Amino acid sequence: MKGELEALVGRRSRIALGVGVACLLLCLLGWFVNPRQFFISYLVAEVVWLGVGLGCMAFLMIHYLTGGKWGWAVRRFFEAAAKTLPLVGLLFIPICFGIHYLYPWAMPDRVAVDPVLRHKQPYLSVPFFVIRAVIVFGIWSWMAWLMNKWSREQDETLDLAPLKRLRKLSGPGLVIYPLTITVVFVDWVMSLEADWYSTMFPVLVCMGQMLSGLAFVILLLAWIGPRTSLSEIIGKENFHHLGSLLLAFTMLWAYLAFSQLLVIWSGDLPHEISWYLHRIAGGWRWVLVFLVLFHFFGPFFLLLSRQVKRTERALAAIAGVMFIAHIVDVWWMITPTFYPHGLHVSWLDFAAFFGVGGVWLFFFARNLETRPLVPMNDPRFAVATTAV
Amino acid sequence: MRMRYDWELSICLMGFMGRVIMTNDSLHGLAAEFETDAGLMRAAEQAYALGYRKMDGYTPFPIEGLGKALGKTNRIPLLVLLAGILGGCSAYFMEWFASVISYPLNIGGRPLHSWPAFIPITFELTVLGASLTAFFCSLGLSGLPQPYHPMFNLPEFERASQDRFFLCIEAADPQFDTPRTRSFLESLDPLTVKEVAK
Repeated sequence: MKGELEALVGRRSRIALGVGVACLLLCLLGWFVNPRQFFISYLVAEVVWLGVGLGCMAFLMIHYLTGGKWGWAVRRFFEAAAKTLPLVGLLFIPICFGIHYLYPWAMPDRVAVDPVLRHKQPYLSVPFFVIRAVIVFGIWSWMAWLMNKWSREQDETLDLAPLKRLRKLSGPGLVIYPLTITVVFVDWVMSLEADWYSTMFPVLVCMGQMLSGLAFVILLLAWIGPRTSLSEIIGKENFHHLGSLLLAFTMLWAYLAFSQLLVIWSGDLPHEISWYLHRIAGGWRWVLVFLVLFHFFGPFFLLLSRQVKRTERALAAIAGVMFIAHIVDVWWMITPTFYPHGLHVSWLDFAAFFGVGGVWLFFFARNLETRPLVPMNDPRFAVATTAV
Repeated sequence: MRMRYDWELSICLMGFMGRVIMTNDSLHGLAAEFETDAGLMRAAEQAYALGYRKMDGYTPFPIEGLGKALGKTNRIPLLVLLAGILGGCSAYFMEWFASVISYPLNIGGRPLHSWPAFIPITFELTVLGASLTAFFCSLGLSGLPQPYHPMFNLPEFERASQDRFFLCIEAADPQFDTPRTRSFLESLDPLTVKEVAK
């Protein structure tokens, strides 16, 4: 079992680690040369890869609650991605040193002239920011650890107690997920703009994370599915079901993204619309056009077709485009705050993305290798695979 | 007693004659009963390969791919897509016409053609057009509502909603020929092959 993955991903994951470490060293250089840009790029990279792990954990919990054929073949991917959350927490540490570069509420000169920021001081302060991040990463890591531990126990026993515990955790877990996201994304992303707020934003972030997690596992399943023991339990229906889910989350993401725009556009208040004004200024407008086309319209119309969803290559191509579009979405969500007059791309954007991503992918692959790819001893799995 | 016996015999004879002389005018088709969905699928594929087109399958639960095996084309997805697009376009046109041409109003200084405000209605009418079309087309194209269907003349047919799978080749098919079609259906290893009266 272990050998089949080693041959396939072993070398590639070590290359990823090498590239990741090299890029992180470049980032370290960037920290000294241009600290502000380093922290912007690093925050984008951190939010992107956190999203993949958290989105996968959310899907894992959904699958424990609902069951269904769509999830069996990719459960190990979900688990391995969730298990990277402590690592993402460690990689978050540099951000804590860059708070003064990133957040207006931590810049004394900005706070001095802005009464709104002064009123937010009790909540948005450096120690409290760090405490919140530590607590939330703690909760996520603990949940991911429990889900992997109980799942491993279930592999070794016919007794269903671990499965029952997993299902008991999944219900509250799916409530905890958007609540914790609300807490930390108010801190990490929403508070980048001094006065901006949107109640739709955390849910939009959740949907984006789940979308990127789903696109990631579809890509992975299309790649290693046919080449390993997974090929015995996957068929066209698996891709069809995952494709349908991808369509649903694409629509949900677009629905929320547009709702946020509509609410803010209708209200037309200066402190709210500034967020959008920064994000359509100059070249950012073309990033938005890209997002509208490749984060929604393109995948939406293609995924309507049953034929496309059942063709693994086509579906994987769409998932790849969605994954890239989501990276661009996160970048567009964060970077224009610092460059409100127009498009700005830095080499550090790439270095940070590949740096965090390379390390992340290496640990993901290692998590994946430690377990057999096909889940065992789950009675619903037997039902799902025999009733074809 | 003797009288009564004759009556029964003659009724029996009439029934037998009736079956022998039953023409295509009073025959809906020949129905083969299968125990498994796989049996029905195989039968449908072979019947289609032999050139039968006017036939239908009856099953207790939906079977993936049966419609295709029977050569039925499903036009509903295309109709739903077209209706959705039509619904969306007409909604957007209606809003544009009302706010720009027919009754222009200055609302908070916004342009008359304010597309974000038009999107919710456009979305709703897209869904409305698509869902109503899906509902009425699936009724209409499958011939519902239908108070009478000849298949119910077959006593065994009630098990089509429990655990039996039926393939009925209809007499209206140009390839249909009672003895030949019967021997073809019997070659498919069914439980029974029965004539279905109109």
